[in-house]
Amino acid sequence: MKKPVLRKLLTGLVASLGLVATLSVQAAEPFKVGFVYVGPIGDHGWSYQHDQGRLAVEKYFGDKVKTTYVENVPEGADAERVIRTLAKTGHNLIFTTSFGFMNPTLKVAKQFPKVTFEHATGYKLAKNVGTYISTTYEGRYVAGFVAAKVTKTNKIGYIASFPIPEVIRDINSAQMALNKYNPEAELKIIWVNSWFDPGKEADAANAMMDQGVDVILQHTDSPAAMQAADRRGIFAVGQASDMSSFGEKAHILSVVDNWTPFYIKRVQQVMDGTWKSEDHWGGMAEDEIVIPAFTNIPDEVATEAQSIVDGIKAGTIHPFAGPIKNQAGELKVAEGEILSHDELAGMNWYIEGVQGNIPK
Amino acid sequence: MDMDLITNILYAMIRTGTPLLIIALGEMVCEKSGVLNLGQEGMILMGAVAGFIVTLLTGSLFFGFLMAMAAGVIMSQLFAMITLGLNANQVATGLALTIFGTGLSAFIGADFVGQPIQGLDVIVIPLLSDIPVIGKMLFAQDAIVYLSFGLFTALYWFFRSSRTGLIVKAVGENPHAANAIGLPVMRTRYLAVAFGGAMAGLAGGYLSLAYTPMWAENMSAGRGWIALALVVFASWRTERVLLGAYLFGLASILHLVAQGLGFSVSPNLLAMLPYVATVLVLVMMSRNQSRSKMFAPMSLGKPFHVGS
Repeated sequence: MKKPVLRKLLTGLVASLGLVATLSVQAAEPFKVGFVYVGPIGDHGWSYQHDQGRLAVEKYFGDKVKTTYVENVPEGADAERVIRTLAKTGHNLIFTTSFGFMNPTLKVAKQFPKVTFEHATGYKLAKNVGTYISTTYEGRYVAGFVAAKVTKTNKIGYIASFPIPEVIRDINSAQMALNKYNPEAELKIIWVNSWFDPGKEADAANAMMDQGVDVILQHTDSPAAMQAADRRGIFAVGQASDMSSFGEKAHILSVVDNWTPFYIKRVQQVMDGTWKSEDHWGGMAEDEIVIPAFTNIPDEVATEAQSIVDGIKAGTIHPFAGPIKNQAGELKVAEGEILSHDELAGMNWYIEGVQGNIPK
Repeated sequence: MDMDLITNILYAMIRTGTPLLIIALGEMVCEKSGVLNLGQEGMILMGAVAGFIVTLLTGSLFFGFLMAMAAGVIMSQLFAMITLGLNANQVATGLALTIFGTGLSAFIGADFVGQPIQGLDVIVIPLLSDIPVIGKMLFAQDAIVYLSFGLFTALYWFFRSSRTGLIVKAVGENPHAANAIGLPVMRTRYLAVAFGGAMAGLAGGYLSLAYTPMWAENMSAGRGWIALALVVFASWRTERVLLGAYLFGLASILHLVAQGLGFSVSPNLLAMLPYVATVLVLVMMSRNQSRSKMFAPMSLGKPFHVGS
């Protein structure tokens, strides 16, 4: 009994060795793509969505592409080591997916001119470094519209993470919608100083609800606030991924990051040699920001919200269309104009209507 | 501030303080017996993921909490085997346990991310919960919070008036003397570590089944470390652990409430408040050096060989 099995194994082994040998002669090495994540892929938020994009790349290209990912990478010196290791081990294209990876990415990119780098949410370009960001503010504008329509107390909660341009831009975008559709409504902003801490996010949600908030928006990554809202029977907007399963009665919409089209496009470009260093902003028009469904809201609100989505896609509606004033009432953008790309990229001021100051 | 707001803040204070209280009480018992287990985060996360998976599959919260505690105990016994059985360094082993538990829980839980469950409901005690201001905070909580009240009372009595409590303390103060008079040093330490593990697991279950009913990687977000610090600042005294845990809970709620009310203080400063307030109060209470020294178990973290 023992021998035939052994022989079978051996012949199999020899055959497969031969196959591998011939394959490696014929086919070139697969194109290697590396991903660096700041959080765990199990956060059901930011890093999770990036990983969904990575999986889609693998599926789309099959054997031609091999992907690697490193999760939970702290922003700082450790990131540089991780990125360098990926560059050293033959990765042709590396995506670094958090703001704090900016300088490490540029440093490593200088040492590996043949490797292509794409850095998410940053603003520094180099010959072999491109940047990309999704225009979440478009989704936030739609969320602001729906919140403006469904609130009864005119108090809308906003759980914010850190005072960086991306977060401030999104607060302003929601306020733009409030100014237009329900000027009576007020944003109550609570900074939790964290991207991901379910307990704290739930606490913040509860603290808001105790103060009369009846719709919650968030720029943090866990579904805890959605759950808390569901328990107390108020509304909430999901962030980064589809959070409808966490708020059967509370969920009104989720602003979902969809990195798949962008990642597939970039991998293809680098493979073809057509890649160029640029600052990519993708949003609803590119299907990089998606609102899967409106739930628990009246049909007419959903219809109007959808028409805003369509308008943003078509370019007829822009969340930051003038006139826009700052908190002091000074006109920043005149009627008929829109806020410039550079202003948006470095936004560090609140528009008129937002209460309080940006934390320093 | 109106009455309702104060009532709600106090209610949230207890909820936020409860996981810290449970972890810290467990770790306190463990440290009283002379064992320092820095693996709290690992045990909490294993408890959280085990509890969540069991509840999701069986639909029973009771089994979920049971499994959460079991997972904590298993992790703690791994620690005990290495530090007590093989006399390895407790600090290094504890840190390894944290890293191990964090990674393993993420691995086990990968398929359960993004799945919702029906969390533990509150049990409102009629009449008592209508008492103004403190009614809601004490009598409209969930079962685990009530359990933590009981746990505190039991441990308070345990260390104050029970013989077994004295044995635990003796083992932690001077294991050689305890051994010489025939006390089971090793067995006591194993059991104390197991109790610590069960409590960490229970707290993990509380996070994933009651506080925020879901599983997400690293959802404990450092609570294990805070609890460890609480035990030290509370100078190993049961009532101060309780005070510290609730104080921390209160301060972390207050900084959120203050922002909602429109106080324009830097949230970075406010976020420090829980730590600063807790440390300040507990340090002030134990400022008498010679007195506070008496409460630290003399042999904390030191290995013990039977017959040495």
